[in-house]
Amino acid sequence: MPFYRNIAAKIALLPMIVISLTVFVGCIIYSFVYSLTNSKLVPVMNYVGFDQYDRLFKQRKWDVAVENIFIYGFVFTVGCLIIGFLLAVLIDQKIRGESLFRTIFLYPYAMSFVVTGLVWKWVLNPTFGLENSMHMWGMTWFELDWLVNRDLAIYAVCIAAVWQGAGFVMVLMLAGLRGIDEDIWKSLSIEGVAKWKSYIFVILPMLRPMVVTAIVLIAAGVVKVYDLILALTSGGPGYATTTPAMYVMENFFSRANLGQAFAASIIMFISVVCILAPWAFYEFYLRNKYANN
Amino acid sequence: MSAIPKGPRPKHLTVGRIGLYCFIIMCALFFLMPLYVMIITSLKDMDEIRAANILNLPKELSFYAWPKAWSQACTGFVCEGLKPGFFNSIKITVPSVIVSVALSALNGYALAFWRFKGAYFFFGLCMFGAFIPYQVMVYPLLKIEDFLGIYSSLPGIILVHTIFGMPILTLIFRNFYASLPIDLFKAARIDGGNFIKIFFYVIIPMSTPITIVAVILQVTGIWNDFLLGLVFAGRDNQPMTVQLNNIVQVDYGVAEYNVDMSATILTSLVPLFVYFISGRWFVRGIAAGAIKG
Repeated sequence: MPFYRNIAAKIALLPMIVISLTVFVGCIIYSFVYSLTNSKLVPVMNYVGFDQYDRLFKQRKWDVAVENIFIYGFVFTVGCLIIGFLLAVLIDQKIRGESLFRTIFLYPYAMSFVVTGLVWKWVLNPTFGLENSMHMWGMTWFELDWLVNRDLAIYAVCIAAVWQGAGFVMVLMLAGLRGIDEDIWKSLSIEGVAKWKSYIFVILPMLRPMVVTAIVLIAAGVVKVYDLILALTSGGPGYATTTPAMYVMENFFSRANLGQAFAASIIMFISVVCILAPWAFYEFYLRNKYANN
Repeated sequence: MSAIPKGPRPKHLTVGRIGLYCFIIMCALFFLMPLYVMIITSLKDMDEIRAANILNLPKELSFYAWPKAWSQACTGFVCEGLKPGFFNSIKITVPSVIVSVALSALNGYALAFWRFKGAYFFFGLCMFGAFIPYQVMVYPLLKIEDFLGIYSSLPGIILVHTIFGMPILTLIFRNFYASLPIDLFKAARIDGGNFIKIFFYVIIPMSTPITIVAVILQVTGIWNDFLLGLVFAGRDNQPMTVQLNNIVQVDYGVAEYNVDMSATILTSLVPLFVYFISGRWFVRGIAAGAIKG
C-alpha cells in the first residue's frame, strides 16, 4: 500500500501520533533515564545506577507516603464501592423523588478536589467545626480532632474523598441494576428469597463487570491523589498525610532534587501498570478472543 | 441507560419503606451537609462564626464576605480576590475545550472511518496515556514546552489540557462514530465525498449529542484542574482553583472563614451550574469519561 493512500487520515492523526510518542512514551523514557542520574536542580547526565531508588526506599517520608496510599486506596475504594452500591440499591427501590436524590448524591463529583478539601477542612476544623457543634449540643465526650491527629488525618482525607466519589460509583451501579432483567426479580420473589439476600448473592455477582470497572478506575485515580490532600491537610500534620504524588511534586519544585523525583515518579508509574495490566489483559485480550470464537 | 424504574409504584407505606426513606434522607443530609455549611458560613460575620455552632443558621445575614472574596482577598502580597483567577480560568477553559474537542472529533472520525495500518496501535498508545500519573509526565513536558518557548503561558496550558484530554475524548468520539451506520459513509463516498467534505457535511451535523457530552466533560475537568494550572499556566494565568488554594492557605493574618467559604463557593459555581443544567448529559459523560484524571 503506497504511503500517500488515505493520506488525509494520516495527516489528521499526526498530532495524536506525535503526542503519544513524545509525551506519553517519551516522558516515561526521559523520567526513567534521568532517574538513574544524580540530577539536582537541573537534569544532568551523570549516571549513578539505581542509587536514587536505593535512597528513595530508605526515606522515612517515602515509607509514610506509601503506607498512606495503601490506607487511602483501601478505605477510599471499599468506602466508595459499599456506599455507592448501597445508594444505588436504595434509589432502585422505586422511591419518590428519585432524580432529586440522585442529584444530591452526585453533585460532589462535579466539584474540584481543591474545593472538596477546603470544605472538609472547615467542617472538620478542630476549634469551630463539627466537634464544637457536638459540644454545644451537650455531647462533650465527642472527639473529632482528625485533622490535627497524626494517626487519623489520613482518614479525614478518606472521608472527603468518599463523599466526593461515592456518587460516581452509584451512577455506574445504578446503570447496572437497571439493566437486570425483570424475570430474574420475578423468579427470586417466587422462590421467596429475601430482598437484601437477592441483592448481595444474586444481583451483585451479576454486576461483576461494573464492579471491576469501578475498582480499576478508582484505583488508577488513587495513585495520583494530590490536590485533595494539598487542600485538606497540606500533607500534615508534619508529613503524616504525605503521598507519593506529593513526594514527587515536592522534590521537583521545592526541594530541587530531580533525581529523587524521577525515581519516585517511575515507581508510581510501575504501580499503576501493575493495577491496570491484569484488567487491560482481561478487557482487551481475553474478551476479544472469546468474542471472536 | 433507562432511568425509569420498572413496575408500578408501591401504594402503601409499610414500616420497611418508612425505614428506607428515613435512611435515604439521612444519607442525603450527609451529602448536603458540606454544601449547607459552606453557604451559611459565607453569610455569617466572623464574630458569629467564632461564637456559634457551625451548623446554625446565621442570626444576621452578612454579605461582607462575598465582595471581599471576589475582589479583595489576599494571596501573599497581592489583594485582588478571585476575580483574576475567574477570568484566567475562562481564558484557559474556553480555548482548551474548543481545541481539544475539535481535534479529538477529527481523531475519532479518522479512526472510525479511515482506518489505516498502525492507526490502532497509536490509538492504544494514546489510551495508555490516560492512565499515566501526571507526576511522571509533568517535568519532561515542562522541558518540551520550554523548548517550544510556550512554558508558563496561555498557549502552554492550552496545549497541556489538549494533550491530557485527548485519550478519553478520542475514545468517546471514535465509539460514537463507530456506532453510526456505515452505509451512510459509503453513500457519501459514492457521491464523491472526500475526507474533509464528509467530515464537515455528513459527520459534524450528526455529532451534536456526543459533542455535548465531550464539552461537559472538558469544561468541568479543566475548570476543576489544579495541578496542571499550577505548573504550566504561569504566574499571570493562574486558574481559579490555584488562587482559591492560595487565598485560603495564607500562613499569616487572621483566617476569615466566611471569606474562604465564599471563595470556595465561587470557584465551584461553574461546574455546579454545568452539573445542574446538564443533568443526564453529565451522567453520560461520567460513564464515557470515567477514566479521565
